[in-house]
Amino acid sequence: MPATHRARQVARYLPVLPAILLLAVFLAGPVLWAFHASLTNAGLTGRNARNPQWVGLENYQRLLQDPVFPFSVGLTVVFVAGSAILGQNLLGLALAVLMRRARPAVAATVGTAVVAAWVLPEIVAAFAAYAFFSRDGTLNQLLGAMGQPGTDWLYAVPMVALVLANVWRGTAFSMLVYRAALGGVPAELSEAAHMDGAGPWQRLVFITLPVIRGSIATNLMLVTLQTLAVFTLVWVMTAGGPANASTTLPVLAYQEAFRFGDIGYGTAVAVVLLLLGAVFGVAYLRLLREQRP
Amino acid sequence: MTAPVQVSPQVARARGARQRGSAMADAVLLIIGACFLLPLLWLVFGSLDAAAGHGTRVPQQPVLDNFAAVLTPDLLFRPLWNSVLLSAGTGTVTLAAAVLAAYPLSRYRSRFNSPFMYGVLFGTCLPVTAIMVPVYGLFVQLQLLDSLPATVLFLAATSLPMAIWMTRNFMDAVPLALEEAAWMDGASRMAALRTIVLPLMRPGLGVVFIFVFIQAWGNFFVPFVLLLSEARQPAAVSIFSFFGQHGAVAYGQLAAFSILYSVPVLALYVIVGRGSGAALALSGAVRG
Repeated sequence: MPATHRARQVARYLPVLPAILLLAVFLAGPVLWAFHASLTNAGLTGRNARNPQWVGLENYQRLLQDPVFPFSVGLTVVFVAGSAILGQNLLGLALAVLMRRARPAVAATVGTAVVAAWVLPEIVAAFAAYAFFSRDGTLNQLLGAMGQPGTDWLYAVPMVALVLANVWRGTAFSMLVYRAALGGVPAELSEAAHMDGAGPWQRLVFITLPVIRGSIATNLMLVTLQTLAVFTLVWVMTAGGPANASTTLPVLAYQEAFRFGDIGYGTAVAVVLLLLGAVFGVAYLRLLREQRP
Repeated sequence: MTAPVQVSPQVARARGARQRGSAMADAVLLIIGACFLLPLLWLVFGSLDAAAGHGTRVPQQPVLDNFAAVLTPDLLFRPLWNSVLLSAGTGTVTLAAAVLAAYPLSRYRSRFNSPFMYGVLFGTCLPVTAIMVPVYGLFVQLQLLDSLPATVLFLAATSLPMAIWMTRNFMDAVPLALEEAAWMDGASRMAALRTIVLPLMRPGLGVVFIFVFIQAWGNFFVPFVLLLSEARQPAAVSIFSFFGQHGAVAYGQLAAFSILYSVPVLALYVIVGRGSGAALALSGAVRG
Protein backbone atom coordinates (compact mmCIF):
# COMPACT_ATOMS: atom_id res chain seq x y z
CA MET A 1 0.00 0.00 0.00
CA PRO A 2 2.26 2.77 -1.26
CA ALA A 3 -0.20 5.56 -0.44
CA THR A 4 -0.35 4.81 3.27
CA HIS A 5 3.37 4.19 3.24
CA ARG A 6 3.93 7.66 1.88
CA ALA A 7 1.45 9.13 4.36
CA ARG A 8 3.33 7.49 7.19
CA GLN A 9 6.60 8.74 5.82
CA VAL A 10 5.24 12.30 5.73
CA ALA A 11 3.78 11.99 9.23
CA ARG A 12 7.13 10.85 10.55
CA TYR A 13 8.76 13.98 9.25
CA LEU A 14 6.13 16.36 10.68
CA PRO A 15 8.38 17.36 13.61
CA VAL A 16 10.80 18.95 11.12
CA LEU A 17 8.07 21.43 10.20
CA PRO A 18 8.69 24.13 12.85
CA ALA A 19 12.37 24.26 11.89
CA ILE A 20 11.51 24.47 8.20
CA LEU A 21 8.99 27.24 8.84
CA LEU A 22 11.49 29.28 10.86
CA LEU A 23 14.20 28.84 8.25
CA ALA A 24 11.82 29.62 5.39
CA VAL A 25 10.36 32.79 6.90
CA PHE A 26 13.44 34.27 8.53
CA LEU A 27 16.36 33.04 6.41
CA ALA A 28 15.16 32.02 2.96
CA GLY A 29 12.54 34.79 2.99
CA PRO A 30 14.98 37.69 3.46
CA VAL A 31 17.37 36.19 0.91
CA LEU A 32 14.65 36.01 -1.74
CA TRP A 33 13.33 39.42 -0.72
CA ALA A 34 16.88 40.76 -1.12
CA PHE A 35 17.03 39.65 -4.75
CA HIS A 36 13.68 41.29 -5.37
CA ALA A 37 14.36 44.53 -3.47
CA SER A 38 17.69 45.03 -5.19
CA LEU A 39 15.73 45.43 -8.42
CA THR A 40 13.60 48.26 -7.00
CA ASN A 41 14.19 51.77 -5.71
CA ALA A 42 12.89 50.92 -2.23
CA GLY A 43 13.70 53.67 0.26
CA LEU A 44 13.91 53.91 4.01
CA THR A 45 11.41 56.75 4.24
CA GLY A 46 9.14 58.76 1.98
CA ARG A 47 7.33 57.76 -1.19
CA ASN A 48 9.81 55.05 -2.18
CA ALA A 49 9.34 53.33 1.16
CA ARG A 50 5.58 52.98 0.74
CA ASN A 51 5.55 52.29 -2.93
CA PRO A 52 8.84 51.06 -4.38
CA GLN A 53 9.16 51.09 -8.16
CA TRP A 54 10.67 48.32 -10.25
CA VAL A 55 13.93 49.62 -11.71
CA GLY A 56 15.42 46.46 -13.19
CA LEU A 57 19.18 46.23 -13.02
CA GLU A 58 19.66 49.95 -12.36
CA ASN A 59 21.09 49.42 -8.87
CA TYR A 60 23.67 47.01 -10.22
CA GLN A 61 24.61 49.41 -13.00
CA ARG A 62 25.07 52.10 -10.37
CA LEU A 63 27.26 49.71 -8.38
CA LEU A 64 29.58 49.27 -11.34
CA GLN A 65 29.80 53.02 -11.93
CA ASP A 66 30.10 53.98 -8.28
CA PRO A 67 33.81 54.40 -7.49
CA VAL A 68 33.19 53.45 -3.86
CA PHE A 69 32.01 49.93 -4.74
CA PRO A 70 35.15 48.47 -6.39
CA PHE A 71 37.19 50.20 -3.69
CA SER A 72 35.03 48.56 -1.04
CA VAL A 73 35.42 45.15 -2.71
CA GLY A 74 39.19 45.70 -2.63
CA LEU A 75 39.10 46.61 1.06
CA THR A 76 37.04 43.51 1.80
CA VAL A 77 39.58 41.35 -0.04
CA VAL A 78 42.42 42.98 1.90
CA PHE A 79 40.53 42.47 5.16
CA VAL A 80 39.75 38.80 4.47
CA ALA A 81 43.16 37.94 3.03
CA GLY A 82 45.10 39.85 5.67
CA SER A 83 43.19 39.01 8.81
CA ALA A 84 41.67 35.60 8.03
CA ILE A 85 43.69 33.72 5.43
CA LEU A 86 47.10 34.99 6.53
CA GLY A 87 46.64 36.31 10.06
CA GLN A 88 44.23 34.04 11.89
CA ASN A 89 45.06 30.95 9.89
CA LEU A 90 48.85 31.11 10.16
CA LEU A 91 48.92 32.43 13.72
CA GLY A 92 46.39 29.78 14.76
CA LEU A 93 48.52 27.05 13.18
CA ALA A 94 51.70 28.42 14.77
CA LEU A 95 50.03 28.56 18.19
CA ALA A 96 48.74 24.99 17.87
CA VAL A 97 52.16 23.67 16.80
CA LEU A 98 53.96 25.55 19.58
CA MET A 99 51.46 24.36 22.16
CA ARG A 100 52.37 20.74 21.46
CA ARG A 101 56.01 21.46 22.21
CA ALA A 102 55.50 23.81 25.16
CA ARG A 103 54.85 22.84 28.75
CA PRO A 104 51.15 22.02 29.30
CA ALA A 105 50.70 24.78 31.90
CA VAL A 106 52.07 27.41 29.49
CA ALA A 107 49.95 26.07 26.64
CA ALA A 108 46.80 26.17 28.77
CA THR A 109 47.44 29.72 30.03
CA VAL A 110 48.18 31.14 26.61
CA GLY A 111 45.22 29.23 25.17
CA THR A 112 42.94 30.93 27.69
CA ALA A 113 44.28 34.37 26.78
CA VAL A 114 43.69 33.74 23.07
CA VAL A 115 40.22 32.31 23.62
CA ALA A 116 39.24 35.21 25.93
CA ALA A 117 39.40 37.67 23.03
CA TRP A 118 37.13 35.35 21.04
CA VAL A 119 34.50 34.66 23.70
CA LEU A 120 33.93 38.30 24.68
CA PRO A 121 30.77 39.86 23.28
CA GLU A 122 31.67 41.42 19.95
CA ILE A 123 30.83 44.95 21.03
CA VAL A 124 33.14 44.70 24.05
CA ALA A 125 35.95 43.27 21.93
CA ALA A 126 35.43 46.13 19.49
CA PHE A 127 35.63 48.75 22.26
CA ALA A 128 38.79 47.16 23.64
CA ALA A 129 40.36 47.16 20.18
CA TYR A 130 39.27 50.78 19.65
CA ALA A 131 40.86 51.87 22.92
CA PHE A 132 44.00 49.90 22.09
CA PHE A 133 44.56 51.61 18.73
CA SER A 134 43.25 55.08 19.58
CA ARG A 135 45.59 58.08 19.54
CA ASP A 136 46.51 57.96 23.21
CA GLY A 137 45.73 54.26 23.53
CA THR A 138 47.77 51.35 24.81
CA LEU A 139 49.67 50.70 21.59
CA ASN A 140 50.97 54.25 21.30
CA GLN A 141 51.80 54.30 24.99
CA LEU A 142 53.89 51.17 24.54
CA LEU A 143 55.60 52.57 21.46
CA GLY A 144 56.26 55.79 23.34
CA ALA A 145 57.80 53.88 26.22
CA MET A 146 60.16 52.25 23.73
CA GLY A 147 61.04 55.63 22.27
CA GLN A 148 59.14 55.04 19.03
CA PRO A 149 56.84 57.67 17.56
CA GLY A 150 53.24 56.53 17.57
CA THR A 151 50.65 57.36 14.96
CA ASP A 152 46.93 57.81 14.93
CA TRP A 153 46.29 54.26 13.76
CA LEU A 154 42.55 54.54 13.18
CA TYR A 155 42.98 57.59 10.92
CA ALA A 156 46.37 57.06 9.32
CA VAL A 157 46.18 53.32 8.61
CA PRO A 158 42.64 52.14 9.47
CA MET A 159 42.90 48.89 7.53
CA VAL A 160 46.09 47.89 9.34
CA ALA A 161 44.38 48.49 12.68
CA LEU A 162 41.28 46.55 11.58
CA VAL A 163 43.29 43.60 10.27
CA LEU A 164 45.30 43.38 13.50
CA ALA A 165 42.16 43.75 15.60
CA ASN A 166 40.41 40.96 13.71
CA VAL A 167 43.44 38.70 14.05
CA TRP A 168 43.30 39.33 17.78
CA ARG A 169 39.59 38.68 17.89
CA GLY A 170 39.38 35.59 15.72
CA THR A 171 42.60 33.59 15.94
CA ALA A 172 41.19 31.39 18.73
CA PHE A 173 38.95 29.61 16.24
CA SER A 174 41.81 28.54 13.96
CA MET A 175 43.89 27.63 16.99
CA LEU A 176 41.17 25.31 18.31
CA VAL A 177 40.64 23.71 14.90
CA TYR A 178 44.36 23.06 14.47
CA ARG A 179 44.82 21.81 18.02
CA ALA A 180 42.12 19.23 17.35
CA ALA A 181 43.65 18.36 13.96
CA LEU A 182 47.20 17.99 15.28
CA GLY A 183 45.88 15.78 18.07
CA GLY A 184 44.72 13.38 15.37
CA VAL A 185 48.08 13.04 13.62
CA PRO A 186 49.53 9.61 14.47
CA ALA A 187 52.66 10.04 16.58
CA GLU A 188 54.42 7.14 14.81
CA LEU A 189 54.50 9.07 11.54
CA SER A 190 56.39 11.95 13.05
CA GLU A 191 58.66 9.68 15.09
CA ALA A 192 59.54 7.60 12.07
CA ALA A 193 60.52 10.74 10.18
CA HIS A 194 62.51 11.87 13.21
CA MET A 195 64.45 8.59 13.19
CA ASP A 196 65.21 9.13 9.54
CA GLY A 197 66.80 12.42 10.49
CA ALA A 198 64.08 14.90 9.51
CA GLY A 199 64.28 18.20 11.41
CA PRO A 200 61.26 19.87 13.01
CA TRP A 201 60.53 22.07 9.99
CA GLN A 202 60.82 19.17 7.57
CA ARG A 203 58.48 17.09 9.73
CA LEU A 204 55.96 19.93 9.85
CA VAL A 205 56.04 20.61 6.10
CA PHE A 206 56.31 17.06 4.75
CA ILE A 207 54.47 15.00 7.37
CA THR A 208 52.10 17.04 9.54
CA LEU A 209 50.69 19.57 7.08
CA PRO A 210 49.84 16.99 4.39
CA VAL A 211 48.07 14.83 6.99
CA ILE A 212 45.90 17.71 8.22
CA ARG A 213 45.27 19.28 4.81
CA GLY A 214 41.56 18.56 5.14
CA SER A 215 41.38 20.63 8.32
CA ILE A 216 43.41 23.39 6.71
CA ALA A 217 41.00 23.65 3.80
CA THR A 218 37.95 23.57 6.09
CA ASN A 219 39.44 26.18 8.37
CA LEU A 220 40.30 28.48 5.46
CA MET A 221 36.71 28.32 4.20
CA LEU A 222 35.19 28.96 7.61
CA VAL A 223 37.42 31.86 8.61
CA THR A 224 36.85 33.43 5.20
CA LEU A 225 33.08 33.21 5.65
CA GLN A 226 33.26 34.58 9.19
CA THR A 227 35.48 37.47 8.18
CA LEU A 228 33.35 38.38 5.17
CA ALA A 229 30.51 38.99 7.61
CA VAL A 230 32.39 41.10 10.17
CA PHE A 231 30.45 44.30 10.81
CA THR A 232 30.60 45.33 14.46
CA LEU A 233 34.37 45.50 14.74
CA VAL A 234 34.63 47.85 11.76
CA TRP A 235 31.58 49.85 12.75
CA VAL A 236 32.84 50.59 16.26
CA MET A 237 36.50 51.13 15.39
CA THR A 238 36.25 53.32 12.28
CA ALA A 239 32.61 53.32 11.10
CA GLY A 240 34.08 52.83 7.62
CA GLY A 241 36.08 56.03 7.77
CA PRO A 242 37.96 58.21 7.43
CA ALA A 243 36.30 59.04 4.10
CA ASN A 244 35.46 55.43 3.14
CA ALA A 245 39.03 54.29 3.76
CA SER A 246 37.78 51.23 5.63
CA THR A 247 34.29 50.67 4.20
CA THR A 248 34.13 46.90 3.77
CA LEU A 249 31.08 45.47 1.99
CA PRO A 250 28.89 44.86 5.09
CA VAL A 251 29.50 48.45 6.22
CA LEU A 252 28.80 49.78 2.73
CA ALA A 253 25.50 47.89 2.57
CA TYR A 254 24.51 49.26 5.99
CA GLN A 255 25.47 52.84 5.14
CA GLU A 256 23.68 52.92 1.80
CA ALA A 257 20.53 51.45 3.30
CA PHE A 258 20.32 53.20 6.66
CA ARG A 259 22.44 56.33 6.48
CA PHE A 260 21.50 57.33 2.95
CA GLY A 261 18.08 55.67 3.12
CA ASP A 262 18.48 53.79 -0.15
CA ILE A 263 17.27 50.30 0.72
CA GLY A 264 17.28 49.15 -2.92
CA TYR A 265 20.90 50.10 -3.48
CA GLY A 266 22.03 48.82 -0.08
CA THR A 267 20.31 45.53 -0.81
CA ALA A 268 22.16 45.24 -4.10
CA VAL A 269 25.42 45.45 -2.14
CA ALA A 270 24.06 42.83 0.26
CA VAL A 271 23.22 40.54 -2.67
CA VAL A 272 26.83 40.72 -3.87
CA LEU A 273 27.92 39.75 -0.36
CA LEU A 274 25.40 36.89 -0.28
CA LEU A 275 26.65 35.58 -3.62
CA LEU A 276 30.24 35.71 -2.37
CA GLY A 277 29.16 33.80 0.73
CA ALA A 278 27.28 31.27 -1.42
CA VAL A 279 30.37 30.61 -3.55
CA PHE A 280 32.47 29.88 -0.48
CA GLY A 281 29.61 27.91 1.07
CA VAL A 282 29.30 25.62 -1.95
CA ALA A 283 33.08 25.14 -2.01
CA TYR A 284 32.93 24.24 1.68
CA LEU A 285 30.21 21.63 1.14
CA ARG A 286 32.18 20.02 -1.69
CA LEU A 287 35.22 19.83 0.56
CA LEU A 288 33.22 18.13 3.31
CA ARG A 289 31.75 15.67 0.85
CA GLU A 290 35.20 14.71 -0.37
CA GLN A 291 36.39 14.23 3.19
CA ARG A 292 33.63 11.87 4.22
CA PRO A 293 32.36 10.06 1.16
CA MET B 1 71.79 -0.99 42.94
CA THR B 2 70.45 -0.91 39.46
CA ALA B 3 72.70 0.01 36.63
CA PRO B 4 71.96 3.43 35.12
CA VAL B 5 69.91 3.07 31.99
CA GLN B 6 72.09 3.40 28.98
CA VAL B 7 71.03 6.28 26.78
CA SER B 8 72.37 6.28 23.28
CA PRO B 9 74.00 9.55 22.25
CA GLN B 10 71.45 9.92 19.48
CA VAL B 11 68.49 9.78 21.85
CA ALA B 12 70.25 12.09 24.31
CA ARG B 13 70.83 14.62 21.58
CA ALA B 14 67.22 14.40 20.51
CA ARG B 15 66.08 14.93 24.10
CA GLY B 16 68.36 17.93 24.52
CA ALA B 17 67.02 19.43 21.33
CA ARG B 18 63.47 18.79 22.48
CA GLN B 19 64.08 20.56 25.78
CA ARG B 20 65.62 23.55 24.06
CA GLY B 21 62.71 23.51 21.64
CA SER B 22 60.29 23.40 24.54
CA ALA B 23 61.87 26.41 26.25
CA MET B 24 61.74 28.33 22.96
CA ALA B 25 58.11 27.32 22.46
CA ASP B 26 57.27 28.45 26.00
CA ALA B 27 58.91 31.83 25.43
CA VAL B 28 57.27 32.49 22.06
CA LEU B 29 53.87 31.40 23.35
CA LEU B 30 54.10 33.63 26.41
CA ILE B 31 54.94 36.64 24.23
CA ILE B 32 51.98 35.96 21.93
CA GLY B 33 49.72 35.39 24.94
CA ALA B 34 50.81 38.73 26.43
CA CYS B 35 49.95 40.47 23.15
CA PHE B 36 46.47 38.94 23.29
CA LEU B 37 45.94 40.20 26.84
CA LEU B 38 47.16 43.75 26.15
CA PRO B 39 43.91 45.10 24.65
CA LEU B 40 42.03 43.74 27.67
CA LEU B 41 44.22 45.68 30.11
CA TRP B 42 42.36 48.87 29.29
CA LEU B 43 39.05 47.30 30.28
CA VAL B 44 40.34 46.22 33.67
CA PHE B 45 42.33 49.34 34.52
CA GLY B 46 39.75 51.72 33.09
CA SER B 47 36.92 50.17 35.06
CA LEU B 48 38.80 50.74 38.33
CA ASP B 49 39.97 54.25 37.50
CA ALA B 50 37.66 57.09 38.44
CA ALA B 51 39.24 59.37 35.80
CA ALA B 52 39.79 56.93 32.93
CA GLY B 53 40.36 58.07 29.37
CA HIS B 54 41.13 55.91 26.36
CA GLY B 55 44.71 55.68 27.46
CA THR B 56 45.71 52.75 29.60
CA ARG B 57 47.20 53.48 32.97
CA VAL B 58 47.34 51.73 36.27
CA PRO B 59 44.78 53.53 38.40
CA GLN B 60 46.49 55.53 41.14
CA GLN B 61 43.84 54.43 43.52
CA PRO B 62 41.63 51.58 42.38
CA VAL B 63 38.03 52.43 43.19
CA LEU B 64 34.69 50.85 42.39
CA ASP B 65 33.02 54.19 41.61
CA ASN B 66 32.49 53.28 37.96
CA PHE B 67 30.73 50.07 38.87
CA ALA B 68 28.61 51.93 41.40
CA ALA B 69 27.72 54.54 38.77
CA VAL B 70 26.41 52.04 36.23
CA LEU B 71 24.47 49.93 38.73
CA THR B 72 21.18 51.66 37.98
CA PRO B 73 18.01 50.20 36.50
CA ASP B 74 18.16 52.37 33.37
CA LEU B 75 21.83 51.91 32.61
CA LEU B 76 22.43 48.31 33.56
CA PHE B 77 19.59 46.19 34.89
CA ARG B 78 16.97 46.76 32.21
CA PRO B 79 19.39 46.25 29.29
CA LEU B 80 20.80 43.14 30.95
CA TRP B 81 17.29 41.81 31.58
CA ASN B 82 16.47 42.44 27.91
CA SER B 83 19.62 40.51 27.00
CA VAL B 84 18.49 37.64 29.21
CA LEU B 85 15.03 37.60 27.60
CA LEU B 86 16.51 37.76 24.11
CA SER B 87 19.16 35.10 24.68
CA ALA B 88 17.08 32.69 26.75
CA GLY B 89 14.17 33.06 24.33
CA THR B 90 16.43 32.39 21.36
CA GLY B 91 18.01 29.41 23.12
CA THR B 92 14.64 27.90 23.99
CA VAL B 93 13.05 28.33 20.57
CA THR B 94 16.17 27.08 18.81
CA LEU B 95 16.54 24.05 21.04
CA ALA B 96 12.88 23.06 20.73
CA ALA B 97 12.88 23.34 16.94
CA ALA B 98 16.27 21.62 16.68
CA VAL B 99 15.29 18.64 18.85
CA LEU B 100 12.04 18.10 16.93
CA ALA B 101 13.83 18.34 13.59
CA ALA B 102 16.74 16.18 14.67
CA TYR B 103 14.57 13.25 15.73
CA PRO B 104 13.34 12.06 12.33
CA LEU B 105 16.66 12.99 10.74
CA SER B 106 18.49 10.81 13.23
CA ARG B 107 16.02 7.90 13.44
CA TYR B 108 14.60 7.34 9.95
CA ARG B 109 16.34 6.60 6.70
CA SER B 110 15.00 8.67 3.85
CA ARG B 111 16.11 10.39 0.69
CA PHE B 112 15.08 13.59 2.41
CA ASN B 113 17.83 13.45 5.06
CA SER B 114 20.97 14.07 3.10
CA PRO B 115 19.78 17.04 1.02
CA PHE B 116 18.19 18.58 4.10
CA MET B 117 21.36 18.28 6.15
CA TYR B 118 23.47 19.73 3.37
CA GLY B 119 20.96 22.53 2.97
CA VAL B 120 21.21 23.19 6.68
CA LEU B 121 24.98 23.19 6.50
CA PHE B 122 24.82 25.65 3.63
CA GLY B 123 22.60 27.80 5.84
CA THR B 124 25.37 27.99 8.42
CA CYS B 125 27.55 29.59 5.74
CA LEU B 126 25.21 32.51 5.03
CA PRO B 127 26.76 35.79 6.13
CA VAL B 128 24.02 37.00 8.47
CA THR B 129 25.24 40.58 8.24
CA ALA B 130 24.45 40.48 4.54
CA ILE B 131 20.77 39.79 5.15
CA MET B 132 20.26 42.47 7.79
CA VAL B 133 19.20 45.08 5.23
CA PRO B 134 16.61 42.76 3.63
CA VAL B 135 15.49 41.55 7.07
CA TYR B 136 14.88 45.15 8.06
CA GLY B 137 12.80 45.59 4.93
CA LEU B 138 10.87 42.42 5.68
CA PHE B 139 10.23 43.48 9.28
CA VAL B 140 8.94 46.86 8.11
CA GLN B 141 6.50 45.21 5.72
CA LEU B 142 5.31 42.70 8.32
CA GLN B 143 5.22 45.46 10.97
CA LEU B 144 7.49 43.44 13.23
CA LEU B 145 10.05 46.17 13.84
CA ASP B 146 10.88 46.76 17.50
CA SER B 147 9.23 43.50 18.54
CA LEU B 148 11.20 41.34 20.95
CA PRO B 149 9.46 38.05 20.02
CA ALA B 150 10.06 38.64 16.31
CA THR B 151 13.73 39.40 16.98
CA VAL B 152 13.94 36.18 19.01
CA LEU B 153 12.46 34.21 16.11
CA PHE B 154 14.94 35.74 13.68
CA LEU B 155 17.90 35.02 15.96
CA ALA B 156 16.58 31.48 16.42
CA ALA B 157 16.41 31.00 12.65
CA THR B 158 20.01 32.16 12.24
CA SER B 159 21.32 29.78 14.90
CA LEU B 160 19.04 26.90 13.93
CA PRO B 161 21.21 25.38 11.15
CA MET B 162 24.17 24.88 13.48
CA ALA B 163 21.88 23.73 16.30
CA ILE B 164 20.18 21.09 14.12
CA TRP B 165 23.55 19.84 12.98
CA MET B 166 24.86 19.52 16.53
CA THR B 167 21.66 18.09 18.00
CA ARG B 168 21.46 15.39 15.35
CA ASN B 169 25.02 14.34 16.08
CA PHE B 170 24.26 14.12 19.79
CA MET B 171 21.07 12.16 19.08
CA ASP B 172 22.87 9.72 16.81
CA ALA B 173 24.99 8.79 19.81
CA VAL B 174 21.96 7.58 21.80
CA PRO B 175 21.48 3.86 21.07
CA LEU B 176 18.23 2.90 19.37
CA ALA B 177 17.87 -0.24 21.54
CA LEU B 178 16.81 1.76 24.59
CA GLU B 179 14.00 3.39 22.66
CA GLU B 180 12.85 0.08 21.21
CA ALA B 181 12.46 -1.28 24.71
CA ALA B 182 10.16 1.64 25.51
CA TRP B 183 8.06 1.02 22.37
CA MET B 184 7.64 -2.60 23.46
CA ASP B 185 6.12 -1.27 26.63
CA GLY B 186 3.68 0.70 24.54
CA ALA B 187 5.24 4.16 24.61
CA SER B 188 4.70 6.32 21.54
CA ARG B 189 7.67 7.68 19.62
CA MET B 190 7.31 11.16 21.04
CA ALA B 191 6.92 9.78 24.56
CA ALA B 192 10.07 7.71 24.08
CA LEU B 193 11.86 10.80 22.81
CA ARG B 194 10.82 12.73 25.89
CA THR B 195 11.42 10.09 28.52
CA ILE B 196 14.38 8.13 27.11
CA VAL B 197 16.31 10.04 24.48
CA LEU B 198 16.26 13.60 25.81
CA PRO B 199 17.37 12.76 29.36
CA LEU B 200 20.28 10.77 27.92
CA MET B 201 21.42 13.65 25.76
CA ARG B 202 21.03 16.29 28.45
CA PRO B 203 24.72 17.30 28.42
CA GLY B 204 24.62 17.71 24.65
CA LEU B 205 21.42 19.75 24.83
CA GLY B 206 23.09 21.92 27.46
CA VAL B 207 25.97 22.58 25.11
CA VAL B 208 23.63 23.56 22.28
CA PHE B 209 21.55 25.84 24.50
CA ILE B 210 24.54 27.59 26.04
CA PHE B 211 26.17 27.94 22.65
CA VAL B 212 23.09 29.62 21.20
CA PHE B 213 22.69 31.71 24.34
CA ILE B 214 26.28 32.99 24.14
CA GLN B 215 25.85 33.89 20.48
CA ALA B 216 22.62 35.77 21.08
CA TRP B 217 24.02 37.50 24.16
CA GLY B 218 27.00 38.82 22.23
CA ASN B 219 25.12 39.74 19.07
CA PHE B 220 25.13 43.46 18.40
CA PHE B 221 24.08 43.94 14.80
CA VAL B 222 20.74 42.12 14.86
CA PRO B 223 19.17 43.96 17.84
CA PHE B 224 20.86 47.18 16.67
CA VAL B 225 18.87 47.02 13.44
CA LEU B 226 15.64 45.40 14.64
CA LEU B 227 15.00 46.87 18.11
CA LEU B 228 14.50 50.61 18.10
CA SER B 229 13.10 51.69 21.44
CA GLU B 230 15.48 52.03 24.34
CA ALA B 231 13.16 50.10 26.64
CA ARG B 232 13.62 46.95 24.56
CA GLN B 233 17.29 47.17 23.68
CA PRO B 234 19.66 44.58 25.10
CA ALA B 235 22.97 45.49 26.73
CA ALA B 236 24.92 45.08 23.48
CA VAL B 237 23.01 48.00 21.95
CA SER B 238 22.57 50.19 25.02
CA ILE B 239 26.33 50.02 25.62
CA PHE B 240 26.83 51.41 22.14
CA SER B 241 24.64 54.45 22.77
CA PHE B 242 26.63 54.93 25.95
CA PHE B 243 29.66 55.19 23.71
CA GLY B 244 28.39 57.27 20.86
CA GLN B 245 25.49 59.49 21.67
CA HIS B 246 25.91 60.99 25.09
CA GLY B 247 28.61 63.40 24.01
CA ALA B 248 31.62 63.09 26.28
CA VAL B 249 32.25 59.44 26.86
CA ALA B 250 32.58 58.21 30.41
CA TYR B 251 35.30 55.72 29.63
CA GLY B 252 35.55 54.33 33.13
CA GLN B 253 31.83 53.56 33.21
CA LEU B 254 31.98 52.11 29.71
CA ALA B 255 34.74 49.73 30.84
CA ALA B 256 32.84 48.79 34.00
CA PHE B 257 29.66 48.16 32.04
CA SER B 258 31.59 46.07 29.49
CA ILE B 259 32.96 43.86 32.23
CA LEU B 260 29.60 43.36 33.93
CA TYR B 261 28.07 42.54 30.56
CA SER B 262 30.83 40.08 29.62
CA VAL B 263 31.02 38.13 32.88
CA PRO B 264 27.94 35.95 32.27
CA VAL B 265 29.18 34.63 28.91
CA LEU B 266 32.70 34.11 30.20
CA ALA B 267 31.24 32.05 33.04
CA LEU B 268 29.04 30.05 30.67
CA TYR B 269 31.98 29.39 28.39
CA VAL B 270 34.02 28.08 31.30
CA ILE B 271 31.15 25.75 32.27
CA VAL B 272 30.82 24.32 28.77
CA GLY B 273 34.51 24.45 27.97
CA ARG B 274 35.29 22.14 30.88
CA GLY B 275 33.38 19.25 29.39
CA SER B 276 33.30 19.81 25.70
CA GLY B 277 35.58 22.56 24.52
CA ALA B 278 36.05 20.87 21.18
CA ALA B 279 32.34 20.65 20.51
CA LEU B 280 31.95 24.34 21.24
CA ALA B 281 34.95 25.17 19.14
CA LEU B 282 33.69 23.38 16.08
CA SER B 283 30.15 24.53 16.53
CA GLY B 284 31.34 28.11 16.71
CA ALA B 285 32.10 27.44 13.08
CA VAL B 286 30.24 30.31 11.52
CA ARG B 287 29.29 33.24 13.65
CA GLY B 288 28.00 35.89 11.33
